[in-house]
Amino acid sequence: MKFWSLLRANLGRHKRRTFLTIASVALALFLFASLRSVITTIGMAAQFGSARRLVTTNATGFVLPLPVSYANRLETVPGVEKVTWANWFGGRYGDGKRFFATFAVDAKSYLDIYPEMSVPADQKEAFLQDKGGALIGVRLVNLFGWKVGQNVTLQGTIFPGDWTFTIRGVYTPTDPAINDDALMFHYDYLDERAGRPGNAGWYILEIDKPDNAAQIAKTIDDQFRSSSAPTKTGTEQAFNASFATMWGNIGLLMNTIGLAVVFAILLVTANAMMMSARERTRELAVLKTIGYSDRLLFGLVLAEAGLITITGAVLGLGAAKLLYRATNFNAAGFLPGFDVSWGTMATGGVIALVLMLASGIVPAMQAARLPVVTALRSVE
Amino acid sequence: MKIPITYNLRSMRARPVSTALTALGIALVVAVFIGMLALANGFASALVRTGSDQNVLVLRKGADSEMSSSIDRETASILASVPQAARGGDARAMVSPEVYVVIALGRIEDTTGMANVVLRGVSEQAWQVRQNVKVVEGRRPASGKNELCVGAKLVGRFPNTVVGQTMHFAGRPWEVVCHFTAGGSAFESEMWGENEQVMPAMRGQVFQSVSFRLADPGGFEEAKRSLEADKRFTVDVHRESEFYAQQSQLLGSILRILAVLITSIMAVGAIFGAVNTMYAAVSSRMPEIAVLLTLGFRPRSVLASFLIESAIIALIGGVIGCLLALPLNGLVTSTTNWASFSEIAFAFRITPGLLLAGLIFAVVMGMLGGFFPARRASKVPVVQALR
Amino acid sequence: MALVEIRDVYKTFTRGAERIDVFTGLTLDVEQGSFTALMGPSGSGKSTLLNLIAGLDRPTSGTVRVNGAEVSAMTPAQLATWRSEHVGFVFQSFNLLPVLTAFQNVELPLLLTRLSKRERDERIRIALGVVGLDDRMDHYPRQLSGGQEQRVAIARAIVADPTLVLLDEPTGQLDAKSSQEVLTLLARLNDEFGKTILIVTHDPAASGRARRQLHLEKGTFVEQGSLVP
Repeated sequence: MKFWSLLRANLGRHKRRTFLTIASVALALFLFASLRSVITTIGMAAQFGSARRLVTTNATGFVLPLPVSYANRLETVPGVEKVTWANWFGGRYGDGKRFFATFAVDAKSYLDIYPEMSVPADQKEAFLQDKGGALIGVRLVNLFGWKVGQNVTLQGTIFPGDWTFTIRGVYTPTDPAINDDALMFHYDYLDERAGRPGNAGWYILEIDKPDNAAQIAKTIDDQFRSSSAPTKTGTEQAFNASFATMWGNIGLLMNTIGLAVVFAILLVTANAMMMSARERTRELAVLKTIGYSDRLLFGLVLAEAGLITITGAVLGLGAAKLLYRATNFNAAGFLPGFDVSWGTMATGGVIALVLMLASGIVPAMQAARLPVVTALRSVE
Repeated sequence: MKIPITYNLRSMRARPVSTALTALGIALVVAVFIGMLALANGFASALVRTGSDQNVLVLRKGADSEMSSSIDRETASILASVPQAARGGDARAMVSPEVYVVIALGRIEDTTGMANVVLRGVSEQAWQVRQNVKVVEGRRPASGKNELCVGAKLVGRFPNTVVGQTMHFAGRPWEVVCHFTAGGSAFESEMWGENEQVMPAMRGQVFQSVSFRLADPGGFEEAKRSLEADKRFTVDVHRESEFYAQQSQLLGSILRILAVLITSIMAVGAIFGAVNTMYAAVSSRMPEIAVLLTLGFRPRSVLASFLIESAIIALIGGVIGCLLALPLNGLVTSTTNWASFSEIAFAFRITPGLLLAGLIFAVVMGMLGGFFPARRASKVPVVQALR
Repeated sequence: MALVEIRDVYKTFTRGAERIDVFTGLTLDVEQGSFTALMGPSGSGKSTLLNLIAGLDRPTSGTVRVNGAEVSAMTPAQLATWRSEHVGFVFQSFNLLPVLTAFQNVELPLLLTRLSKRERDERIRIALGVVGLDDRMDHYPRQLSGGQEQRVAIARAIVADPTLVLLDEPTGQLDAKSSQEVLTLLARLNDEFGKTILIVTHDPAASGRARRQLHLEKGTFVEQGSLVP
């Protein structure tokens, strides 16, 4: 690009202005990428889930339990290959400031149905053998410095008292949408201490073919319809998605703020471009006398705007991507797998182009339409 | 000697586009600032207003929400005669053992999505205990019947919530007999029925909490001490207002941190814009400034003059930002109260204090953005600038 | 055929309600290889004539032809290309781009050509050599004296090897010594390189160097040199 030195010289004319404008664009796109990633991360969690897994909950409300005796009946439903269940335990650790999920699970069948939770074979064996053992997500290791073999004590908020578990294993999720900060222990231990009420929070089923999901779900729900605890069965994806909707209008909120941010920065960039073009009226006229065409000057002014917005975008989006990667950010467990997706990066790039057009088009058109004779006379 | 402000106003008019763009940039930042804090405010005040200073909430020891608590009938009947409770006109103690359960309801606007709504089973006394609760349409549920009173914020968002209609859940029909308001609090996102009807339908033979009204608001500490020391049961005693305030803490502080984080990043961008504008203003007026200095105006006056100019632009932006944010006031939105997994609807709340904070924020941005350019102006080398 | 043929040109400006007739039927020929000085009081239309020849302005009626091409009938895009190939323009106030070095300023017209980087470098070195500034290539305009700036501007005007070099009061802001240098340079360009030069000036020293003097007054030539009928 032979006009490069001209563009670079023009950007260097007001170094501070150029720097501040690029920095504004970078900040805006950093913010945009962050806000957008909240939405995509929630959306991704809603996408997570094997198409071969179904979740069965209490039809009246998912916080209500189902009898653990349903397990045997679920296993006999045609198309169901594996069944496991889990209970929300609601443990509190220390001052409770850092919340993490605690489940009581039917350990063997649970790990069997979730191959995405990778546990070293010896640790898995040790966990299965120890009724008072616990399996923890890898993030908890970093968070609290817990080690395998250590005892940890949680306060039960639903099941009163102190609960002490021996950490027997650490799992690493191979799918980023799975929480890496949960603690799991044996259902049997919970049921025994709670006086054998025989309650399961929810069931997870593995089925033979994803295509049969709707049919199997219907069969199950029909079977329990007139029992004391009717069920609601759906795909794991739908179950996760229902949690995503619990955030309410957060998507709208994030998008609105993102739009306001981008628009505010558009004003800053447009202002800077117009100031630059105005100061350069005479130079533009001189270039016209040399033979620079209106179209070329239009392009040069636009390219200058583009250099600013695209440099800003590369810095802002790059910083967002690297920062969240490097810090393994997950919003204190609220947003597992938080990441700036490539889709978001691409959208950010498009925004940079829109910013270029929106901030550069008026000065570029002014430059193209500039009447040479009057522009030269006005200063001579 | 001060430089008259009309001088600044004239110079702002001389470059209207630049002034307008800068002011608008600041306006957007202020609008987002006010909007987000109004959201946090609305959420917090919905939960804070739920609780009363004069009410006491008794939960099982260690339970961090009503949902995770359980109080058996025996405990509830002992608590029913707690001496600190106020008495109503009929001389009965204002005590309400309550069943608290979160149920799934389909929404009107999106029939595939389910929302989690609080169903509260209350005693007849509950309506006296919660003095902010007012039936606005219909009559209270009758004892012994599957009847519901629906909170005002649920009406219209969920099907069959009109008075006279019938809802179906937990395997039985529930007739809607009234609507209630509760001063914009979280109760308005709940459905109330009789505890003895809700309990068997949902959770067997336990209550989740017992609420009572204090005869003497100062009697809380005494009630807390005696109940928590009582050997017959193990409970935690909360002042209702503090309990709900604490429930709002997590999400409230997330919202506030987000608001501060987002607006400060935006503010930096807007300040950069102001810096650009003011530097351009200063450099285009070098000769004027030199003339002012030769006329005997002090550099300090020049500095002040440019700072004032920047602050005025920012203030205009601040006012526009307030006007942009104002329509949000009262807008109802919903999110989940993660302490109970239930949906809670609340309204954006813009207070005069918040608007003032927005304006101050704007002026601060203007002053920060204007400082270095103003200092440059006050140090203009007279001889060079005049040449 | 003359290089520049101006035929029956009318040029009228309207300023508010007022009509100003600058030219009413102006006709002029400028021969290839000539060195012409255009003189006259302010407002006589000297600069307007220069602008018309350069295609920066259009006549109200009449034709302006340069090297056979009708400048007055071209579209703005055609004009831009034409100017880049045929016209070098020098201003009273130099009008160098302050953010570019002398070298980069001279390169500006060449950026519009298809020349390679190496060919461009060579042409720039030659042009700056001709004006005697090959040791100042990397200086910025503010690091140069007025005379040097104007010589850079002349280098910029000739670097693309134009048919015609137009100068508008090139010595107006220079001291006597720098003026002499610039004028000597112009004479050399005319003599040695055969450039056609048209210069608008007040400066008797400048017009003295030209081989032909034209005096413009109220839009008409009051007295013409001997080379034109």
